[in-house]
Amino acid sequence: MGGIAVAEPVRASGRTQAAGAWWNDRRFRAILYQVLFLAAVIAFGWLLVSNTIENLRARGLKSGFDFLESRSGIPISDSVIPWSDNDTFGRAYLVGILNTIRVGVLGIIFATILGTLIGIARLSPNWLIAKLASGYVEAIRNVPLLLQLILIYSFVRTALPEQLDPLVIGGGFYLSKSGLLFPLLNLLPEHYVTAGVLLASIVATVLYNLWAKQRHYRTGVSPPRLAPSLALLILPAVIVFVVLGAPASFDVATKERFRFVGGGAVAPEFLTILTGLVIYTAAFIAEIVRSGILAVSHGQTEAASALGLPRGKILRLVLLPQALRVIIPPMTSQYLNLVKNSSLATVVGYPEVVAIEQITMNQTSRALECILLIMIVYLTISLSISFAMNVYNKRLALKER
Amino acid sequence: MKHLAIAAATFVAAAVAAGPALAGKDLDNIKKRGSLVCGVNTGLAGFSIADSQGRWTGLDVDFCRAVAAAIFGDANKVQFKPTSAQQRFTALQSGEIDVLSRNTTWTLTRDSAQGMVFTGVTFYDGQGFMVAKKLGVKSVKELDGAEICVQSGTTTELNLTDFLRANNMAKAKAIVFEKLEEAVGAFFAGRCQAYTTDASGLAATRSKDAKNPEDYVILPELISKEPLGPAVRRGDEELFAVVKWALYAMLEAEEFGVTRANVDDMKSSPNPGIKRLLGVDEKNDMGKLLGLNRDWAYQIVKQVGNYADVYERSVGPKTPLKLERGLNALWNKGGLMYAPPVR
Repeated sequence: MGGIAVAEPVRASGRTQAAGAWWNDRRFRAILYQVLFLAAVIAFGWLLVSNTIENLRARGLKSGFDFLESRSGIPISDSVIPWSDNDTFGRAYLVGILNTIRVGVLGIIFATILGTLIGIARLSPNWLIAKLASGYVEAIRNVPLLLQLILIYSFVRTALPEQLDPLVIGGGFYLSKSGLLFPLLNLLPEHYVTAGVLLASIVATVLYNLWAKQRHYRTGVSPPRLAPSLALLILPAVIVFVVLGAPASFDVATKERFRFVGGGAVAPEFLTILTGLVIYTAAFIAEIVRSGILAVSHGQTEAASALGLPRGKILRLVLLPQALRVIIPPMTSQYLNLVKNSSLATVVGYPEVVAIEQITMNQTSRALECILLIMIVYLTISLSISFAMNVYNKRLALKER
Repeated sequence: MKHLAIAAATFVAAAVAAGPALAGKDLDNIKKRGSLVCGVNTGLAGFSIADSQGRWTGLDVDFCRAVAAAIFGDANKVQFKPTSAQQRFTALQSGEIDVLSRNTTWTLTRDSAQGMVFTGVTFYDGQGFMVAKKLGVKSVKELDGAEICVQSGTTTELNLTDFLRANNMAKAKAIVFEKLEEAVGAFFAGRCQAYTTDASGLAATRSKDAKNPEDYVILPELISKEPLGPAVRRGDEELFAVVKWALYAMLEAEEFGVTRANVDDMKSSPNPGIKRLLGVDEKNDMGKLLGLNRDWAYQIVKQVGNYADVYERSVGPKTPLKLERGLNALWNKGGLMYAPPVR
C-alpha cells in the first residue's frame, strides 16, 4: 500500500477506501495476492510431491523409511560405538553421524589453533616467518581440497611402514599402515571413581577462578591463580587414584600373522581427513584472524601501552575483544565449510555419514529417503554450529545503551 | 499485479512441465531416438573399458552392441554411459540409460524392489580374494586378522561380512572405499593385505593395475555366486523380451556352430533351426514376434559375434585376463549357458 491518495475519502473506520467496490480496496487486494501466491506455492509443492509418489509407484520402486530397521550387513572399519554387520541401517547412520561429528569437532579445534598461529605469524616483523606464512596461505587456498586429500592419502599409505614391520614408538605405541596403534586402558571401577573426582576438580577450579576474578574487581588485589588452579586440578584426582591402589592394565597390540592386532587404533583414513581439513581450513582462518587483528586501530595498542599494560594484557583485554567482533562471523562460515567438506572423506575410505549414505542408497535403492536424511543431518549440525557462534557473537557485541 | 502474474505463470509452467511423467513404452522411445543408451562400467578390463581413442571394448559393451544390432540392424547405434557402482541403479530407474550392462550381480533385492528386472546371465562369476604372494597365504580361511580392501555399494561387501561371520573370522577388518580405483590403489600400496571382488574383476585388476602381476596370487576359493547380467526397467515387457532374446540368440548361434566368420555361409545351411535363427525364410519370421526385423539374430552374429566370439576376444584365455570358459561354457560342454530354443 503506498501513500494515501488525496482524492480518496477517509471513512470513520480509518481505512482508505475508493468510492465503490470492495475489490478496489488496496489492503484487501494486497492480502488477496499474498494468499493466492501462497496457495500457488503450496499447490506447486503438492504437485511435485504427488508426481514423485506417482512415478515411484509406476516404476515399482518401494519408498518409505522402513529400511532403517533392517539388517545392514555392511562393514564399517572405524566406529566410535560398537558395530557389527548384524546391526541395522539406522545404527549405521548413527555411526556415520558420530564419525562426522568427531572429525568436525577435532577439525574445528585444530584448524582454529593452527589458523590463528599462522595468521599472527603473517603479521610478524620477522621477514622469514611472515613470508613462510604467506606462502602457506596462498598455496593451500588455491588448490582444491579433494586433490589435497588424495595427495595426503597417497603419501600416508606409501610412506608409513608395513604392518608387520611398524615403527615402534615404545610403550605399546606403533605406527604403521594400519594407523597409530596405542594401548587401550581396560576400564575398572576405580577409573570411573577417579574420573568423577577429576570432573569435580574441574568444576572447583572454574569456581575458584571466578571467585578470584570477583575478588580482583572488588578489592583490586589479585589472588594467586595459576598455582592453586593446577593444584586443585591435579592433586585430588592423583591422591584418589593412588589411594585406590592405582590399578592399570592395558590392552596392547600384539603381532599376529598379517598385522598387529589389539589395543586401540587411530586409522590412517581418519588421520588423513583430519590433517587435510585442518591444513585447508587453517589457511582461510589465518586470513580471517589477520584481518581481525588489522581491523583494530593501532591507536588502541598505543593507548594501552601508554597506560602501562604489559603486552599479554594488551592482547587479551584490548586487542582480542575488538578483533573478535570482526573475526567471529566469517569464522562461522569456515567452521560450516569444514563440517561440510568432511563429506569428501569418502575418497579416503573414512566412514563418515555421506559414505554410509552412499552405501545405504546403493544397497536399498531408496535414493530420495537417504538424501533427505543426509540433508537433515547436515542442516542440524550446521544450524547447531551457527547457533553456538551467534550466541558467542552476541556476547561480544558492543552493548548499545 | 506483477507478483500475481509471475506466480500464475510459474504455476502454469510447472503444471505443464511436471505433467504425467510415466515412461511409456521404453522400446518405442529407443526406436524413436535412433540409438540405445547403455550404462557400462567406468573401466573394468574385459567387461567395459575405453581405449585411448575412446572406443569401448568388453563383454558388457559387446552385449549392448548386440542389442542395438537386433533393434536397429546397426551395432554402432549405441551410446555408452559410464556409471559408478553408486549411480548405476539410479541411472536406470530415472531413465537416463535404457539397459544396464555393467557386471551387475542378479539378486532378489535388485530384481524386486528396485524398479528393474534382470534379463539373463551373461557371465557366471564368483567372489574371490587376491593377496600378495609374499604373505604365503594358500586359502581364504587363513585370512583372519587381515585388512581387506573392498568397494562399497556392491554385493561384495555384503558377501564379505557374511563370509567372515560364517567362518568366525572376527579379527579380519574390511576397509571400504567408494571408488574402485581407490580400493585397488590402497591394496597395491599395501594398506590392505587382501582385495576382494568378483574373480573376473580380480583377474582384470591384476593384469591392468599391478606393477608386477606375478607378485600377486588369486586364492582358489570362490565365496559366493555372482551371476552377472544385464537389467532393464520394470514396466516394458517388449524391451525385456528383446534384451533377453539377444543373449539367447548369441548362445543358440554358438550351439549351432554359427560364428561371425561363417554366418554368411550358414545362411544357406539346410538346418531348419539355423534358418529360423538367421531369418532366412520370410514365412518363419521370429523377429516380427519380438517387434524386430526378420534378420535380427543374423545382424547380431554378423556385427558382434556369437557368445564364444565375444567371450574369446574379451575375457578368454588369449586375453590378459586368461579366463577359461568354466561355468560359462555351453550346457552340453560342461557349463551353465543354456538358451531356450528360438522357435
